[in-house]
Amino acid sequence: MSHFIDVCALDDIHLDTGVCALVNDQQVAIFRPAATEQVFAINNYDPIGKANVLSRGLISEVKGNLTVASPLYKQHFSLDTGSCLEDESIRITTYATKIENNRVLVAL
Amino acid sequence: MTNKQNLIVIGNGMVGHKFLESLVESEQAPNFNITVLCEEPRPAYDRVYLSSYFSGKTAEDLSLVSDGFFETNHIQLKLNCSAEHIDRQGKTVTTQQGEILSYDKLVLATGSYPFVPPVPGHERENCLVYRTIEDLEAITAGAKNSKVGVVVGGGLLGLEAANALKDLGLETHVVEFAPRLMAVQVDEAGGALLKSKIQELGVRVHTNKNTQNITDGDTCKHKMEFADGESLETDLILFSAGIRPQDAIARRCDLELGARGGISINNHCQTSDDNIYAIGECALWGGMIYGLVAPGYNMAKVAAQHISNSGAASFEGADMSTKLKLMGVDVASIGDCHARSEGALSYAYTDEVNQVYKKIVVSADKKLLLGAVMIGDAEDYGNLLQMALNNIELPASPEALILPTLDGAAKPMLGPDALPDSAQICSCYDVSKGAICCTVQDGAQTLGDIKAETKAGTGCGGCTALVTQVMNSELAKLGVEVNTDICEHFAYTRQDIYNIVRIEGIKSFSELLSKYGKGHGCEICKPLVGSVLASCWNEYVLDNKHIGLQDTNDIYLGNMQKDGTYSVVPRIPGGEITPDGLLVIGQVAKDFGLYTKITGGQRIDLFGAQLHELPQIWERLVAAGFETGHAYGKSLRTVKSCVGSTWCRFGVDDSMGMSIELENRYKGLRSPHKIKFAVSGCTRECAEAQSKDVGVIATENGWNLYVCGNGGMKPRHTDLLAQGLDKETLIKYIDRFLLFYVKTADRLQRTSVWMDNLEGGLDYLKQVVIEDSLGMAEEFERQMEAVVESYQCEWKTTIESPDKLKRFSHFINADKPDENVQFVKERGQIRPASESERMKKDNLIAIS
Ligand code: SRM
Ligand SMILES: Cc1cc2nc3c(=O)[nH]c(=O)nc-3n(C[C@H](O)[C@H](O)[C@H](O)COP(=O)(O)OP(=O)(O)OC[C@H]3O[C@@H](n4cnc5c(N)ncnc54)[C@H](O)[C@@H]3O)c2cc1C
Ligand code: SF4
Ligand code: FES
Repeated sequence: MSHFIDVCALDDIHLDTGVCALVNDQQVAIFRPAATEQVFAINNYDPIGKANVLSRGLISEVKGNLTVASPLYKQHFSLDTGSCLEDESIRITTYATKIENNRVLVAL
Repeated sequence: MTNKQNLIVIGNGMVGHKFLESLVESEQAPNFNITVLCEEPRPAYDRVYLSSYFSGKTAEDLSLVSDGFFETNHIQLKLNCSAEHIDRQGKTVTTQQGEILSYDKLVLATGSYPFVPPVPGHERENCLVYRTIEDLEAITAGAKNSKVGVVVGGGLLGLEAANALKDLGLETHVVEFAPRLMAVQVDEAGGALLKSKIQELGVRVHTNKNTQNITDGDTCKHKMEFADGESLETDLILFSAGIRPQDAIARRCDLELGARGGISINNHCQTSDDNIYAIGECALWGGMIYGLVAPGYNMAKVAAQHISNSGAASFEGADMSTKLKLMGVDVASIGDCHARSEGALSYAYTDEVNQVYKKIVVSADKKLLLGAVMIGDAEDYGNLLQMALNNIELPASPEALILPTLDGAAKPMLGPDALPDSAQICSCYDVSKGAICCTVQDGAQTLGDIKAETKAGTGCGGCTALVTQVMNSELAKLGVEVNTDICEHFAYTRQDIYNIVRIEGIKSFSELLSKYGKGHGCEICKPLVGSVLASCWNEYVLDNKHIGLQDTNDIYLGNMQKDGTYSVVPRIPGGEITPDGLLVIGQVAKDFGLYTKITGGQRIDLFGAQLHELPQIWERLVAAGFETGHAYGKSLRTVKSCVGSTWCRFGVDDSMGMSIELENRYKGLRSPHKIKFAVSGCTRECAEAQSKDVGVIATENGWNLYVCGNGGMKPRHTDLLAQGLDKETLIKYIDRFLLFYVKTADRLQRTSVWMDNLEGGLDYLKQVVIEDSLGMAEEFERQMEAVVESYQCEWKTTIESPDKLKRFSHFINADKPDENVQFVKERGQIRPASESERMKKDNLIAIS
């Protein structure tokens, strides 16, 4: 299976915000919600706004689901599953993550 | 064609026009050839709002005629054309110009004229009346070289006229023949309280004064001599001693008149000649002349239906209750306020400390409310009026209706559900409870919606509280939850959140969430709380505890464009910029290959900056003395200005200097939505201040302050809040206005929408800002001072904070740009490449 790649220090991501990392030529949006100790990774491309911007969206809890609201047109994408709450037919890729020694790792 | 009837309407005042509007709605309308004779130089306008002409409304604003009304309905309108004579045998009308027109049906809507007592000297220069736009023009001209003004007559209109004179800067007196003010509507005790309230506002009231003669004055133009031997000097005299029906033309053709004038009509509004109708203030029904629009409008509908045979409405009298605000004092009168009905009993309550007087008149069996008077506090008007009109049985102790409640005991209120559907809620526009409910069923959800759809509440404003109650109750019935919670995380309104943050001194989202919220927050509550925290404490928005709250634009201090790049807008206060400043912006744009454009807000926008370029760009701009323009913030955008008196040959004052000062004062203020200002140097208004949230216009007498305008999706012109201000007062008022808005508005609600939903409207706002009715003025000024003092340029702070700069890079782990961002050239500058241009890699510009 895919292996984990180290992308940045946990402290590089301000609490409750996201960053974008380049992992094997893929743009990956990584979020650090204040709600959990975990980090989440999804593809950075907003299929509706058609731009690489999801990492810059606001982390938003909708009925118990942690999502990111697109900074362009505000659709919500689940951080866990990548599905778009406003349009069932859209689901973006999610990636496995883990935190080790205060470093963030992502597996494609 | 041949069987069309000729219909002539004499008079195009408020009621005459309502008649036309009602008639053209009927299916029979095409069967009439309609001609309207209008003595005034312009078609119908809103006389009720005449006084607002003094506060900046134009004849056009006051017009009641919708665009193309006469043309589309094929109505012939003859302006400056007064009817002289009616020949009832030959069925013709002769105009002043000698034209003879024949009619099948004739409608008299000639209104009334102001009564001028035949005192010797009443025709002297600057002795005027208050009825038409021309009258107001004469008053304005007369006031220019006057110091003192006297209104003769202390009725409703007289007091309104006195207010106008006071606003024109005259030392103002009211001279009343009767022993008290508003003798018709108010009883003795109420009149006395009203007098003292009005005196307090700087208008001198002289009751029991019978004017006998007007002659040359010693210190002023005129001297008025009274029967009691006293005299009063004045430069201008306004007669407001009552109105008389304009019935001369009816008298000449022998129509039946009342003993004291007025054209007698029956329930169909027909005069003694079946083919001639009379409506409005010229008509006499059941021995009464109704000097109010609402009954006139009712007559107009009745006559239109009768003439076009399209309905069976009949006129059966009208209620004369009134509620108004005279010079900021609430005055209301309902029904039989003098307790003249047989066996009537009254209860009265006087509070000399707060200057409130209330009285109710009930039937002998104490079951029904017959009348009421309220001075100083008319909050109960809507409630009491409905009880009186709908014969609703009174509670066991009726006095509870006017006594103040102690310690939270609830007042016996009349829920909107107790009212029948036919209950008239807004008497100015004759809107019933049923009509408001229908509007809600059709989707209206806010007071603003109801106002737009039905006009309810847009007249005197007296009914807004009740309209809101009816609306909310109907919404609840429809199962539309009138849920004002901001989101699932906070069961509070924005205003609640603001108060909690301010009062408890809460400094962070997490603190607020743990005490008052649940869950983890979303894209609604986070930016809202971020904005409220910034309004209250003005801390750096990218501070670690605030950064996660910032939306799309604030989080990178730039406006995100469609391709993920940003725009850069340096502040250019008032639009004033030096050639050197222009060169710096030009050079920066050139070095970073940015698209440049002059914005609609009088400054320069640089587009196409990538995230990693933002700090480099701002470093150069800040070094050259520029500050952030907050184009991304819900905060002050621009203070647009004209060049003003320094250059312009018409300029009255230094609009440039003022706009720069205002922009620098308020530039740091975070608010519920963006705020735009403009300052014009004279009334030509080149800065378009009357379309801004805050507009300032220089006049000979000082600055005029306008508020709550909007361009954008639903344009709204401003309202005049105050005039003739010096700089210090202007700034004080703006401080108070802005903070009151920040405190009470909803999320993303511009000042225009806020105002449309503000209970009590402009008058209420004036009370808060000018009269300090909430007692918060000092607090507001202090809070604004704190905001001004804690201002920092967010971009300057950011470029000086290395840990913040880390975030300004597309990748956290690589020094590369986003390859999806591609530009092509158009008209010599960049623009984002389209998807196909990106795929084809045609003509793409190399990106750094
Ligand atoms: C750049 C500019 C257009 C231009 O090229 O001239 C502009 C651009 C935007 N306007 Fe505007 N507006 C610009 C002047 C105006 C004006 C004219 C004015 O200010 O005199 C208006 C009408 C006046 C008014 O607001 O009352 C205006 C009414 C709006 C509205 C409608 C607001 C409303 O209340 O109806 C929006 C949408 C919103 O705010 O919800 C909007 C929103 C926007 C946004 C933020 C849309 C967006 O989310 O991307 C645009 C982004 C600005 C950027 O990227 O820098 N813009 N916009 C102007 C910037 C002025 C400045 O120097 O700051
Ligand atoms: C300052 C002011 C404030 C007021 N405030 C209120 C208020 O708050 N609430 C309220 O209910 N009412 C108020 N009123 C009263 C209200 O304006 C009148 O009730 C209403 O205008 C009556 O309408 P009308 O059409 O009968 O008369 P008008 O509006 O006076 O119209 C009559 C028209 O007929 C024209 N005319 C007359 N004779 C002839 C002729 N022979 N040939 C051709 N044309 C002719 C006149 O020039 C005039 O234009 C106020 C009035 C004034 C002046
Ligand atoms: S508003 Fe008046 S002062 Fe300003 S530019 Fe226009 S004409 Fe000149
Ligand atoms: S009663 Fe005057 S606005 Fe409704």
